Amino acid sequence: MSRVLMKGNDAIGAGAIAANCRYYYGYPITPQNEIGEYMSSEMPKAGGVFIQAESEVAAINMVYGTSATGARVMTSSSGPGISLKMEGISYIAAAELPCVIVNIMRGGPGLGNIAPSQSDYFQATKGGGHGDYRLIVLAPSSVQEIYDFTRQAFYLADKYRIPAIILGDGFLGQMMEVVELADSAKDDEYARIPEKPWAITGCKGREKNIVNTLLIEPDTLEKHNWKLKDKYQQIAENEKRADLYRVDDAEILVAAFGISARISKEAVDMARDEGIKVGLIRPITLWPFPDHVFKNLDSVKGILTVEMNTGQMIEDVRLSVEGKIPVEFYGRTGGNLPDSTAIFEEIKRMGGM
Amino acid sequence: MSTVLKKTRSLEDTKLHYCPGCSHGIVHRLVCEVIDEMEMREQTVGIAPVGCSVFLDAYFDFDIIQAAHGRAPAVATGVKRALPENLVFTYQGDGDLASIGMSEMVHAAARGERITIIFINNTNYGMTGGQMAPTTLEQQVTTTTPAGRDTRLAGFPIQVPELLSSLPGAVYLSRVSAHNPKNINKAKKSIRKAFQAQMDGLGFSLVEILSTCPTNWRMNPVQSIQWLEENMMEIYPLGELKSVEGVS
Ligand SMILES: Cc1ncc(C[n+]2csc(CCOP(=O)(O)OP(=O)(O)O)c2C)c(N)n1
Ligand code: SF4
Repeated sequence: MSRVLMKGNDAIGAGAIAANCRYYYGYPITPQNEIGEYMSSEMPKAGGVFIQAESEVAAINMVYGTSATGARVMTSSSGPGISLKMEGISYIAAAELPCVIVNIMRGGPGLGNIAPSQSDYFQATKGGGHGDYRLIVLAPSSVQEIYDFTRQAFYLADKYRIPAIILGDGFLGQMMEVVELADSAKDDEYARIPEKPWAITGCKGREKNIVNTLLIEPDTLEKHNWKLKDKYQQIAENEKRADLYRVDDAEILVAAFGISARISKEAVDMARDEGIKVGLIRPITLWPFPDHVFKNLDSVKGILTVEMNTGQMIEDVRLSVEGKIPVEFYGRTGGNLPDSTAIFEEIKRMGGM
Repeated sequence: MSTVLKKTRSLEDTKLHYCPGCSHGIVHRLVCEVIDEMEMREQTVGIAPVGCSVFLDAYFDFDIIQAAHGRAPAVATGVKRALPENLVFTYQGDGDLASIGMSEMVHAAARGERITIIFINNTNYGMTGGQMAPTTLEQQVTTTTPAGRDTRLAGFPIQVPELLSSLPGAVYLSRVSAHNPKNINKAKKSIRKAFQAQMDGLGFSLVEILSTCPTNWRMNPVQSIQWLEENMMEIYPLGELKSVEGVS
């Protein structure tokens, strides 16, 4: 195992290659340009393919084609580009093809700005494209997690035949931290590509395979929709993940994901030093949302959701507590960070101090 | 009794959903015959468009991917890069290719992707009921040009192979027609050349096929053949627009 100092965006590329992803298609957009640049130099060395596509629309459709052949494939972008990919994502979800899509979030709506943000939570977790579908959404909060979750995303995508999203932000993409790289000699379940008998490879020695999203008969489409629903149910049962910090005796909880959770952790420690019983819940899978960790919180009097948007994940927190606990919000937008002392003040206020 | 003609292996033995007199069925047969003559059925991947030919998987007995409207060349790119030894082609109408999918087509050609586009030009959007397409002729009546295409308001027809011909990545560009036996035979030869250029690794190839859409042209099949000859061929002259050295 080797330790290297790495930028978040580069760690995505390194994680993908470690997971045996050999195809990357993307279109430049800040703050994730390093991913494409990394892939343009590293993919050929790994015997893979890099294409700078003419648009995000083309890139996601190249992903659709390569994924249909059974190979591991990735694309990355940020807000405006992810919006363009939504048509393709809907088709990929409908066709039950595995792939990894990275969104290093920047400020929106519109062109917004290139500063970090968490305002694509709804888009990633609630749809964005048309139709009744879900995606697995992983939210890292360190460069190490970016590397690990990227590898895991390929594994989960193949396991369930579903697109998986890495939802990071401009801070995570740009910052440098030490990363422990996977040992390529070790048998690695994330790097192993399963058999894909459904893949489009030419029909040599078998019946033809078809990848299709048009199901013109209402009964056929309805059956497909319920089949997808069953799969999403299964993912929800197996794959929910959250990180819990100092929650055992907590009377106040902070709920935050990604970089906001890291800042909130500092605020939790500051409040603990003052004797306030506060803990942190950090959802790691944003879909499936880890609602189970918000149940049976008998000692908890209030939850503070902290996000870099005007309040998106808070809706899932509220759904999870089913009205039993008041849920409040603190957020910053436009590329501004929630400050740990400001979060600390919110915690103190909620604690009646 | 001896068999003089039989359905080629790659063509499914099933009823086509196309209207009487529609060219789609003929072109399906030509594509399948060429694939079988090249003995490529088991190495072929076809990309279906959105349009009347969206159901390619029902008619072709080889691997098929159905793409989003206009995106087939990007999907084909993703397939070909992963399966460089396979024959990869898209089959697209004029709305799919020359309107919503213009960018994907041009850039696949610019990159010299080793794919082939089979392009059905029937001067309108068949599947959605006969609206104007980029290929609709000047003064042609469609459901969205009820007074005839007025070029001052709705622009001019696009000649696709001509448009692509300046791109070095495009190595074989031709226009053929499927309206009578002589031209159908020529069309088949052209499809073969385009597929061969791809398999020889030369670059991007496209065959435009002038096609009839009697239903939306509000004509019977015979009238539609006549209309194609009298009106389409002038704007869309037949021939090989580009065939670089090495194409055979
Ligand atoms: C994004 C999107 N826009 C519009 C449509 C509706 N649509 C279906 S087929 C079609 C036109 C197809 O026409 P053409 O490509 O000329 O093929 P033809 O049916 O004539 O063979 C359109 C606009 C769609 N399916 N998807
Ligand atoms: S509408 Fe036109 S293109 Fe479509 S099947 Fe009928 S004749 Fe053919």
